[in-house]
Amino acid sequence: MAVKSTDFGLDTYKFGFHDDGKPVYKSPKGLSRQVVEEISSQKDEPDWIRQFRLDSLRLFEKKAVPAWGADLSTIDFGNIHYYVRPQDRQARSWDDVPKDIKATFDKLGIPESERKFLAGVGAQYDSEVVYHSLREDLAKQGVIFLDMDSGLREHPEIVREYFGTVIPNGDNKFAALNSAVWSGGSFVYVPAGVKVEIPLQAYFRINAENMGQFERTLIVVEPGAYVHYVEGCTAPIYATSSLHSAVVEIIVKEGARCRYTTIQNWSTDVYNLVTKRAVAYRDATMEWIDGNLGSKVTMKYPSVYLMEPGAHGEVLSIACAGKGQHQDAGAKMVHAAPHTSSLITSKSISRGGGRAGYRGYVQVLPDAVGCKSNVQCDALLMDEESRSDTYPYMDIEESDVAIQHEATVSKIGEQQLFYLMSRGLTQPQATALVVSGFIEPIVKELPMEYAVEMNRLIELQMEGSIG
Amino acid sequence: MQVGGTPILKGLSLAVPQGEVHALMGPNGSGKSTLANTLMGHPDYEVTAGTVTFRGQDILALDTTARARLGLFLAFQYPAEIPGVRVASFLRLAVNARRADEISVMAFHKLLLDKMKMLKMDPKFAQRYLNEGFSGGEKKRNEILQLAVLEPKMAILDETDSGLDIDALRTVADGVNQLRGPSLGVLVITHYQRLLNYIVPDVVHVLLNGRVVRSGGKEVALELEAQGYESLSGAATLSQEA
Repeated sequence: MAVKSTDFGLDTYKFGFHDDGKPVYKSPKGLSRQVVEEISSQKDEPDWIRQFRLDSLRLFEKKAVPAWGADLSTIDFGNIHYYVRPQDRQARSWDDVPKDIKATFDKLGIPESERKFLAGVGAQYDSEVVYHSLREDLAKQGVIFLDMDSGLREHPEIVREYFGTVIPNGDNKFAALNSAVWSGGSFVYVPAGVKVEIPLQAYFRINAENMGQFERTLIVVEPGAYVHYVEGCTAPIYATSSLHSAVVEIIVKEGARCRYTTIQNWSTDVYNLVTKRAVAYRDATMEWIDGNLGSKVTMKYPSVYLMEPGAHGEVLSIACAGKGQHQDAGAKMVHAAPHTSSLITSKSISRGGGRAGYRGYVQVLPDAVGCKSNVQCDALLMDEESRSDTYPYMDIEESDVAIQHEATVSKIGEQQLFYLMSRGLTQPQATALVVSGFIEPIVKELPMEYAVEMNRLIELQMEGSIG
Repeated sequence: MQVGGTPILKGLSLAVPQGEVHALMGPNGSGKSTLANTLMGHPDYEVTAGTVTFRGQDILALDTTARARLGLFLAFQYPAEIPGVRVASFLRLAVNARRADEISVMAFHKLLLDKMKMLKMDPKFAQRYLNEGFSGGEKKRNEILQLAVLEPKMAILDETDSGLDIDALRTVADGVNQLRGPSLGVLVITHYQRLLNYIVPDVVHVLLNGRVVRSGGKEVALELEAQGYESLSGAATLSQEA
């Protein structure tokens, strides 16, 4: 069913570039019991969530910053606003959305072609979702697509059953931080047998300087159901560091399938430290498609726990690091049951002295016979100063398995460039073409609008990186 | 002209007029491929003295891109593989690179299909990744397809016959023969006379130790076939002394 863009009023507003964004409530900088209590009371949350936040704060304080991966020593946790709320009440319709917030969406440049596909929009502005639209036929099918705060309010029984079960609040320091101060994110529930034909999309953006972004997403896919969730991130550039620390939990039940696509293009001052994990049950399929272009530092390893026979997990990821960027991306697959399979395809591009790499972990538990895992990671180096790292950890406790790992590192070839230039392409065009070919296996899996945007971003970066 | 300080070509004079097909023959190490790469502007090859004039311009001052846009084309002996890039999308970029206004998708599609038909190529070929996993014959045919689509003014075919069986050789030669015409100059670089049975040249030049030692009609190729390059070594010495 076609949706007219006017249904959302997206094409009727054109605003100037400046956006004063006056939040109604902004927590003081730094983290304390008072701040967490205040967030919870601002949201008028049930006791169990308030307690969950406070427990999480204690865990956050106990846990050390990871000593592996990227350098996180420059994060100043005391210099961050953990919660900013742009308005008192959630908008019920597009007309209720304040003008300056609409201007922010305008600046995100949501392309016309994409608007047609919008089934429902959950857009995160500052720390809270301000606008949400759910297509009627989705609602009729029983599909729930809400921001996390509304999900908690309107469907407390479902949220309480799954919240924090895939990623416990003590999982790691940043999951604990998110659990303490989370705000916004999406709640998606797909009833048994329902196939959601149009990708559900959400847009995220950091707005205030030194303001954290701690969204929390929970997706429950009941038996035999299917959903594709798409998350695209852009952020304006600020002089000081920002922190983005999200938690995404997904439950894929028997015979169900879930695909989660992310294109991350944070400004290059953002620490992007995200915990994403799914559990897949009998004959279920979980696919993470993860593109990391922006940020100062990204540490992100989407995981799939394969809990029952026939479960299949995939991670397709692209990491692109330029000057001053460190992309420590990867994947984790845990084969906890026999006859489960996983596929990891990782592509990293390093240029202008940037550092991109793959950090992967494949685990096969004892008695998980007949498991298959295939890991392919390819790195492309654009120049001598850039760096690529591959850390493929394997922990295989069962012998009756088929595990493959292949890693390649290539430098962009002078012969390739000469060949393409001999056909009239300029050097930046030739370079961009080689790079777009390198990431093609993943880009072709993206929704068309994202694929176009991805190639355009790569082109722009190549133009900038070649004198 | 030298590579990494080692002189390869030493005083070579060659003119290929528009509309003619010239063959450049020579044994391994005589400098044939060096000449091809130099003409196209490969960054590893340094020209220490001399001029290369094409369409009234000294192209040594131009980079590879500009030479290509002026109408120079090199069919590579070893075409580079570009994984993930389809033949069709690459060719459309290349066609647009030499036009002021972009060719429409439909017009390009028709152009490509016409040329593939002419070269008896399966249209599916256009959807494959550029040279990746191509057989030797497919790579060479793909070079000729690019020649046909890009319509340059001057084409250099670098050892286009190497690694081809007789059927593939014939197909490739047929393609070149169909593209021959008054607006295209062709320089066929080859080690063996075999290719010249199918692409009959107007003039044959023989390259030995970085110098052209003999130029003449197509009979020169037949002489070489009968007597080998050895017979010309003496001639080279003689002409140097003269």
